[in-house]
Amino acid sequence: MIEAVGLTKRYGDKTAVDDLSFQVRPGMVTGFLGPNGSGKSTTMRMILGLDTPTAGHVTVNGSPYRSLPNAPRHVGALLDAKAVHGGRDAYRHLLSIAQLSGIPAHRVDDVLELVGLSEVAGRRTKGFSLGMGQRLGIAAALLGDPQVLLFDEPVNGLDPEGILWVRNLMKSLAAEGRTVFVSSHLMSEMALTADHLVVIARGRLLADMSVREFIAANSAGFARVRVPDTGPQQREALTAALTRAGAQVLPEQDGALRVTGLPLPRISDVAHEAEVRLWELSPHHASLEEAYMRLTQGMVDYRSSADPQIGMRPAPVPGRSDGWDPDPGPGAPFQPVHAADGPTFSKDPR
Amino acid sequence: MTTERTQQIPGQAPRTPSYVSPIPIRQANLGHALASEWTKIRSVRSTMWTLGIFLALVVVLGCMVAGLIGADTYLNAPYTMPAFFGLLLGQMCLVSLGVLVVSSEYGTGMIRTTFTASPQRHRVLAAKIIVFFLVAFVTAAVAIAVVGLYTQLTVDAPSNPAWLPTVFKGALYVSLMGVLALAVGSMMRHSAGAITTMLGVVLVPAILPPFLLFNESLVDVAQFVSDYNAISALSLIFEGSPSTGHGGAQTALLAGLTVVACAGAFAAQANRDV
Repeated sequence: MIEAVGLTKRYGDKTAVDDLSFQVRPGMVTGFLGPNGSGKSTTMRMILGLDTPTAGHVTVNGSPYRSLPNAPRHVGALLDAKAVHGGRDAYRHLLSIAQLSGIPAHRVDDVLELVGLSEVAGRRTKGFSLGMGQRLGIAAALLGDPQVLLFDEPVNGLDPEGILWVRNLMKSLAAEGRTVFVSSHLMSEMALTADHLVVIARGRLLADMSVREFIAANSAGFARVRVPDTGPQQREALTAALTRAGAQVLPEQDGALRVTGLPLPRISDVAHEAEVRLWELSPHHASLEEAYMRLTQGMVDYRSSADPQIGMRPAPVPGRSDGWDPDPGPGAPFQPVHAADGPTFSKDPR
Repeated sequence: MTTERTQQIPGQAPRTPSYVSPIPIRQANLGHALASEWTKIRSVRSTMWTLGIFLALVVVLGCMVAGLIGADTYLNAPYTMPAFFGLLLGQMCLVSLGVLVVSSEYGTGMIRTTFTASPQRHRVLAAKIIVFFLVAFVTAAVAIAVVGLYTQLTVDAPSNPAWLPTVFKGALYVSLMGVLALAVGSMMRHSAGAITTMLGVVLVPAILPPFLLFNESLVDVAQFVSDYNAISALSLIFEGSPSTGHGGAQTALLAGLTVVACAGAFAAQANRDV
């Protein structure tokens, strides 16, 4: 169990973490999401007592990390896979950590076996690939067989087999009743691994809810409707009928219609009453990625402008998943956060 | 750890919410930290390089010089005297190692792993100081003793002063210099910066006195710096006479500085972000 209360970290006039309160419960994998520079790593360092909060506090199993009597037996962490002395071999790197925490030396062999590094145990870590480094970091986190595990970007640099292994490892650790707190940028991976989400941006809490609730709250599911392409009349008739029935209808580039605000059977009924035949009526379920993109839109510090058409479009291109949908749906409680906090962010010295 | 366990229903907390490890929990203490630091210092090449060069400088240079020194010199100097020349240069090896023991952890980020494994940061620093001091002291003592033995066995000259105390004092002085470097490295957290600072600490006082003499009011300061700089101190330990002393006061000054620097290092790391 990790509990943060009003956690705040300022570096000069820059606020990295701003009044963050959340709980990470045992028995499930909790994903920790946020754009680059949103304060995820700073938060993790504060949980581990490496950085001292400017205000607020964070406890692990009820105690601040640095007050835990034998911290590595309670908490294991992978912060940065490259944070090892490259000149030391993997075995003795882990041995030094085990000795420091009073962990029996045979655990080193156990965790090396577990992460699949037994064969390279005698090699200096300088020559390790990113994936091997991640495995070594995971081994270090598991050394103390702790109740609480923190992983910062654990699948970075891992091959598909490694990613699958980490996913199953996280789940099995959680199933054993441990608290697993894992940050990642890979939304598809989080959707498969995490049960619960803590989402932050610019150091502030945006969401603390289950993955299912998060997707429901932060994405508008819509229906894709296609009519026979015999002429524009059918489409216009259906658009008018659906709009009268209370739906929002937007044309997509390929001639289909994107309909929100009405359940699928009702769309079918409306079409029937308007005497329009349907060639397609399909539900579109938003992914975690879409929900995340929608929530964190406008709160990203380092945005790329990879969109070659930026500024050249008269209207948003339908089908894009960045949540341009005019109807945020009933469950978008965080939309006001953007509006209310917008001016504050624009004053931000960054 | 078994990975084949029944899957918990996602989102639902299990009946027994906390996992209990079957491995018995032992309270970690300074002994554990010492074992850890001993593993660390043994398992990197920088230790082998710096100590290897130190040994080579002191022993090889010492044995070469031993035969070149006039036999009558040994009447008033111990047989370990030839080790002085190697120690002058070699102390920078111990300074480098002292700095690297701490700063390499900050440089690589390993320090986060270390402080996660032992949030009792003072214990880690204490273990580093003790392990480094012992390693440096034993290495230096062996090097000086080898030179002393070689000289005694090969140089056909009588010697009055006992050379065993100089093994102890010489090794103590250069090891303290290394611990001072370790403390500086811990406060600066930067290898190159700390080593350069320590180069200044060793060399500047030795070069400074002639420049201080340009101003008459600084004559006393110049005399003090001239008497107490690292090079004078080592030379007094090996060639001191009853009138000049045998470097005891100089060693005490270095020990005092080292204690102050270590206190600073302990205070600085206590609550600093890493």
